[in-house]
Amino acid sequence: MEVVELMTDYIEGALAPSERERFEVHLSLCPPCRDYLDQIRATIGAARITEDGVPPSVMDELLHAFRDFRRD
Amino acid sequence: MQARSRRDGPSPSPASYDDGPRLVEALRRGDEDAFAWLVCRHHQALLRYAGVFVRDSAVAEEVVQETWLGVIRGIGSFEGRSSVKTWIFNILANRARTRGVREARSVPFSALLARELEDDEPAVPADRFRPADAPQWPGGWAVPPQAWNAPEAALLASETRRLITDAIAALPPVQREVITLRDVVGMDAEEVCRLMELTDGNQRVLLHRARSRVRRALEVHMAVEEVA
Repeated sequence: MEVVELMTDYIEGALAPSERERFEVHLSLCPPCRDYLDQIRATIGAARITEDGVPPSVMDELLHAFRDFRRD
Repeated sequence: MQARSRRDGPSPSPASYDDGPRLVEALRRGDEDAFAWLVCRHHQALLRYAGVFVRDSAVAEEVVQETWLGVIRGIGSFEGRSSVKTWIFNILANRARTRGVREARSVPFSALLARELEDDEPAVPADRFRPADAPQWPGGWAVPPQAWNAPEAALLASETRRLITDAIAALPPVQREVITLRDVVGMDAEEVCRLMELTDGNQRVLLHRARSRVRRALEVHMAVEEVA
């Protein structure tokens, strides 16, 4: 139970070396905690933004504003 | 010297603008390619970030538009104490907070933060673990997480992404902001701490709660998927 509360500290590299070692020993012995860690990592991966680009009309407007500001 | 269209001149390949002095210099020179590159790079992320403060997507678009105008006006006096990215996101946060207040969400940040740090909801409900005095494996899993089948494909499905977006939208506001910046936008911890004026420890606590809740929301979905 305490182990799941350490998942973020582990992923973020915020555990002290000795805690990290204990955490990894636990993981090696506990498949459900390994699943849990995988699921947290999968969740992080799937949250990442996939859209990119800018609608052309928005870009045009912004480029106009950029140009106009310099002209003033 | 006559100003001429920057598009005629040699322009550095987009990657070489990076996020530092060279970009700032190009923007101050009026390099439209540099500005277009910057807009392309951050526009969608800014829209998601705006969504943390204002629910209405049309308002979010306006806030992002205003942010870019703020960038155009402010680049001349940008002092480079943070990265350009952090500076832009900060402009957005300031504008969006003003809008958010106008939309009658006016609890001060410090109060929200205190409330969310006090709430010590566990990452996984306590009843999924064995009691601390259990004869065998005390504190161990009683109801372990079910493995997610084919997580790669299933997690990339648009339905799953929608679910994640909804789960994030349902989070308390400060957690919503932290996870949006860290996991949706992909900012590093240091940038987020600076932008939100959080300590490293608090940032991590909030991120932990947020990720745990989003995982729980997905867990239900992944379990249902398996049956279907």
